[in-house]
Amino acid sequence: MRIELEKRPKVSVLFSIFSPFIALILTLIAGAIMFAMLGKDPGYALYSFFIEPLMEVWSLHELAIKAGPLILIAVGLSVCYRSNNWNIGAEGQFIMGAIAGSIIPVVFYEWQSPLVLPLMLVMGMLGGALFAGIPAFLKAHMNTNEILTSLMLVYVAQLFLDWLVRGPWRNPGGMNFPETRTFGAEAILPEMLASGRAHWGFAFAIIAAILVWLMMRFTLKGFEITVLGQSERAGRFAGFSSRKMIWFSMLLSGALAGLAGISEVSGAIQQLRPVISPGYGFTAIIVAFLGRLNPLGIVASGLVLALTYLGGEAAQLSLGVSDKVTRVFQGLLLFFVLSCDTLLHFKIRMVWADLNDTVKDTH
Amino acid sequence: MGIVEAILLTVITAATPLVIAALGELVTERSGVLNLGVEGMMIMGAACAFVATQLTGSPYIGILAGILSGALFSLLFGFLTLTLVANQVATGLALTILGLGVSGMIGEAYVGQSGEKLPQIVFPLLSDIPWLGPLLFKQDMIFYLSIALVIGVNWFLFKTRKGLMLRSVGDSHSSAHALGINVIRTRYLAVMFGGACAGLAGAQLSLVYTPQWVENMSAGRGWIALALVVFASWRPWRVVVGGYLFGAVSISQLHAQAFGIGIPSQFLSALPYLATVAVLIIISHNRRTTLINTPASLGKSFVPDR
Repeated sequence: MRIELEKRPKVSVLFSIFSPFIALILTLIAGAIMFAMLGKDPGYALYSFFIEPLMEVWSLHELAIKAGPLILIAVGLSVCYRSNNWNIGAEGQFIMGAIAGSIIPVVFYEWQSPLVLPLMLVMGMLGGALFAGIPAFLKAHMNTNEILTSLMLVYVAQLFLDWLVRGPWRNPGGMNFPETRTFGAEAILPEMLASGRAHWGFAFAIIAAILVWLMMRFTLKGFEITVLGQSERAGRFAGFSSRKMIWFSMLLSGALAGLAGISEVSGAIQQLRPVISPGYGFTAIIVAFLGRLNPLGIVASGLVLALTYLGGEAAQLSLGVSDKVTRVFQGLLLFFVLSCDTLLHFKIRMVWADLNDTVKDTH
Repeated sequence: MGIVEAILLTVITAATPLVIAALGELVTERSGVLNLGVEGMMIMGAACAFVATQLTGSPYIGILAGILSGALFSLLFGFLTLTLVANQVATGLALTILGLGVSGMIGEAYVGQSGEKLPQIVFPLLSDIPWLGPLLFKQDMIFYLSIALVIGVNWFLFKTRKGLMLRSVGDSHSSAHALGINVIRTRYLAVMFGGACAGLAGAQLSLVYTPQWVENMSAGRGWIALALVVFASWRPWRVVVGGYLFGAVSISQLHAQAFGIGIPSQFLSALPYLATVAVLIIISHNRRTTLINTPASLGKSFVPDR
């Protein structure tokens, strides 16, 4: 047996809507098989992974806290990927945004003013954008592969943060723990609702998603992104500069990742620690693809991926399975999303071996 | 044994996994497929090799398990990118994410156990040669395999008909297809070879470099191997040069710390990653030579028209 692809004359509208759902269902089936293999009741396992976290108000807040950074980062990445710039170092830009935004509450902690928080957010975006500017510069002017450079810089950012919180920024009154002083009241991103912990980072994410969606849909810039991504040559004839597009997309996604970083630190953690992200920058790549690189789709997919984090924690408690299950789920999901995308452009046919085949295969 | 020899030995140990993984990826890329999942296949190899060694007590079975797991895991990538023509960059990332997760689950019960170190194979007489003897003829099996791989890959790619066919698939899949070469099958085999090599490199990490299982123990080496292929402009011998250079850089931080140089350890640990970026800049800033060296169909999907 072999599988043959037949190109569709047009992209299938039906599948462009349903392919993410097919991918989700396949992931759930694969997950059920995995739980069964681990000796757990698959039904109960999936329930505690994906339903239980949605039943309580506090865990809905946790969902928003986790979805916020994922959506913010993924919206920026969608612009990058649509324009064919493969920024996979958002994790590093997230960290550098968090560091740059924390300069005021950690170094100038005595300054108290309503300006502190807005300045922190701006500096966070700048920090993320500047850090993304390195691979952008290297790609635009030195012809260097952005995939590898942006990823290498993630390790550099992690080590830099580690050095800061163990060295110069360590809390002098913190019993030698590797963490900075906790932020003052002015430096904390407030909660959105009285009912729980969710902070304004989630609102930023929704606003960013809508703005980028409007840009992609209604502006020339959006058109430019799509054209350059599909064919650089066609874009050049239209007078678009792919070099400027590298800068634009990378700086935008860096700024959004930086904003996610400082929002997370200011809203949820309220100090810097050696590790401030459970891999948001990498998970956001999955979010971007599950949302089919559409900012509004990304809002939905961000919530789904946030649920895998919560479900992982819940399943650890109620089932005693490892928290690594989360990563496995996320990886499986991306696999199924990518394979279901084939359905958009191709009809898939199973071909059973026949005489014709044997003749063909002899060379 | 002198201090210089001791340092050179550690450089060899650090370089071997890089050389092996990069060689595998080189063959994959020469066939026109960009597999960014090296890190994931490597960590799978490391986990499976360690667990198999603990279960059977034989590190040689561990090596086999590493190779097999890497090759099987790469098959997943092959199915998506070759049969379903999914985006190669995104699928490679998926492979890495999945590999980090699955390896964590496989190895979880083995965290903290001390493993069996791969024994040395000593060549009599040759190992008595001053200087070279202990470095080259008193090593473990994976080191010897890495040398054989360099020679073998170079011979295969540039001296055999099959190697020529593989390179033609990577340079122009349509022409190769028109000549009657089975593009998809060639690429499947190249992807699996890359996976097997990454798995072997992972086995080296958990059986030789640090004989234990630690989560994420590949620490970006898969990505460095990818950069090495670019650095080597897709030529096997240059992979060796690059691999040993990188081995030296990553070891230098340990020795610098041992000598008590007053630089924070984090900055020294960042060296290999910064060196990778620097090397990539130097190699690729000349657009022309990059274009000539890169396999022309690299990263492009192929759907045979029937």
